[in-house]
Amino acid sequence: MSLKSAANSPVEVKNVFKDFVIPHTRKYTIKSKFTSAFGKEGKRINKGERRPALKGISFDVKKGEFFGIVGRNGSGKSTLLKMIAGIYQPSAGKISVEGKLVPFIELGVGFNPELSGKENVYLNGAILGFSKHEIDARYEKIVQFAELEEFMTEKLKNYSSGMQVRLAFSCATQAQADVLLVDEVLAVGDADFQRKCFSYFKKLKKDNKTVIFVSHDMNAVREYCDRAVLIENGNIISEGKSEKVATMYSKLFLGEDDHEEVEQTGKRWGDNNISIDSITTSKKLYGVGDTLKIKQKITAHVDVSDPIAGFRIKSSTGEALLGTNSRIKKQDLPPMKSGETVVVNWELDNLLSDGKYYIDPAVVYGGSGTKIADWWEDAARFNVKKVEQVPYQINPDISVSFTKLKKR
Amino acid sequence: MMNTFKSVNERYNYSKILLRQLVITEFKLRYQGSVLGYLWSLLKPLAIFAILYFVFVRFLKIGAGIPHSAVYLLLGIVVWTFFVEITAGSVGAIVGRGDLIRKINFPKYILIVASSISALINFLINIGVVLVFAIFDRVEFTWEALLFPLLLVEIFLLCLGIAFFLSAAYVKYRDIGFIWEVVLQGAFFATPIIYPLGDPIPLRAQQILIMNPVGQIVQDMREVLITPATITIENLYSSSAYRLIPVLFVLIFFVMSAAYFRRSSKSFAESV
Repeated sequence: MSLKSAANSPVEVKNVFKDFVIPHTRKYTIKSKFTSAFGKEGKRINKGERRPALKGISFDVKKGEFFGIVGRNGSGKSTLLKMIAGIYQPSAGKISVEGKLVPFIELGVGFNPELSGKENVYLNGAILGFSKHEIDARYEKIVQFAELEEFMTEKLKNYSSGMQVRLAFSCATQAQADVLLVDEVLAVGDADFQRKCFSYFKKLKKDNKTVIFVSHDMNAVREYCDRAVLIENGNIISEGKSEKVATMYSKLFLGEDDHEEVEQTGKRWGDNNISIDSITTSKKLYGVGDTLKIKQKITAHVDVSDPIAGFRIKSSTGEALLGTNSRIKKQDLPPMKSGETVVVNWELDNLLSDGKYYIDPAVVYGGSGTKIADWWEDAARFNVKKVEQVPYQINPDISVSFTKLKKR
Repeated sequence: MMNTFKSVNERYNYSKILLRQLVITEFKLRYQGSVLGYLWSLLKPLAIFAILYFVFVRFLKIGAGIPHSAVYLLLGIVVWTFFVEITAGSVGAIVGRGDLIRKINFPKYILIVASSISALINFLINIGVVLVFAIFDRVEFTWEALLFPLLLVEIFLLCLGIAFFLSAAYVKYRDIGFIWEVVLQGAFFATPIIYPLGDPIPLRAQQILIMNPVGQIVQDMREVLITPATITIENLYSSSAYRLIPVLFVLIFFVMSAAYFRRSSKSFAESV
């Protein structure tokens, strides 16, 4: 390989195929080896059923480029990422990576709950390729960034999950690499943590790092990536400028309700004196000029004199974008007797830009709404797809006009 | 060319960093939560020694004719413990670290070498204890003791070879775990640990037993450290060329196992 091409394309993927042997035909015992070697039907099993995950993928990533790999769940994008990271070997084809590559497929790889926070920093650091000396130099920074100064001598198992993620992320951001592989699943967790993640991505982009970013959040792809490939069913079906690829993705997949991604974790709490029976949107997919209509049905289980209904809308990254309630709107709901049901209708203009959105409805009561009757996170979701695409959360219809002034 | 050199060098550096950290971690975790901690690495072989000593040396009077028979027995137990620790521990060494293997690319042999090195450190501490006992027992050391490091290399290669084979095979065939347990049990009796090689055993049987590399190493270690009265290959065969057989076996087995491990390690991430 000549030095010149290496300097220009740190990552080259050439005609890569990957097959997996389907797990249920896999045999783990020696007996099966014998029976499959001697038996008639065993022979068939021994060959194994092969399921292709990638069918001839080629692309190269330029130095300093922020490169996106997008696709739905199960399209093969994570397999591809793992192969670039060297975790899986391609069945055919070639992947070459020049320089030091650090994968962030998961945070805190190798963390051990029985070790202290400090020991885990050194362990995770070693896995990311830092010598003890190098971690010594960065240790203070890592601890500060994670805001865990007084917990470092405690065992990791005594950390809350939030603290663990903070520590892991703090280690990860210290990695010095020529090529970074970033999986979008990193950005899970509370909104505050997601902001940290995204500001780290921004920093990577500003520092002109070569980054390969796997995502199905088209807003993130538009905002950070220079180029991207869209993978579906093991093939590249679109490649080029991230804008073009993201538009293609939206056109193909945003309309449909891909159930695999709906995580009905929907946290819900409250004393249940009034419950939310249902929350529905008038459509699954909204376009330009549409009105978002949200119908919230609530039922009281005891007599309540001052119920307040409300909702908020969150982006796919968990950021609360807008919301209101009946008290703010000065439209107090009537007192409710036990067993009574009220339907609350909300209507608003669709100012949102492309993406997936979640609705958190709530019912509170008691004075200024100090008692929570039912608070339901991610109770419903809808999609937005517009003709004009912008890398911002809000995409209102903005008019533009200009006049040419005469030269004096 | 420059690039290849640089990347090989980087890979070597990474292996070194990771190996060091994994050994440290393993040592920290080993006696985590136990009151006596590291002391257990001494106490365990000593306790087993005490039991076997009373049963076999005091009551059954096995090995009565051997000078320094207590230290002689202790050394055998320490070597056997080391052998069991590495090989039995290696069975699940790859499968048990699926968390790492599925998330990051690193030279997998490091997992095996790391746990073997921490067992080796344990072993050296135990050998220190044996030497203290030997001094109390007025064992006369000779220049032959200098050969001990060579025997140490041999047993380490043997253990590593078996560990590479078992850990890689276990990924595909979970039977290995049960098989190895049984093999170890049999091997314990096929190795002159609790009984000395010598008179009541027919010569032909002794000749076979000494070809077992663990037996050969135990006997040679006893010979160089404790007493020249130990029966070794030289005493059992007319030609000392026979000495090469177990050594060659260890070397060939090590190379083949390492190759097998290297070949299968490419698919570990998909199989564990």
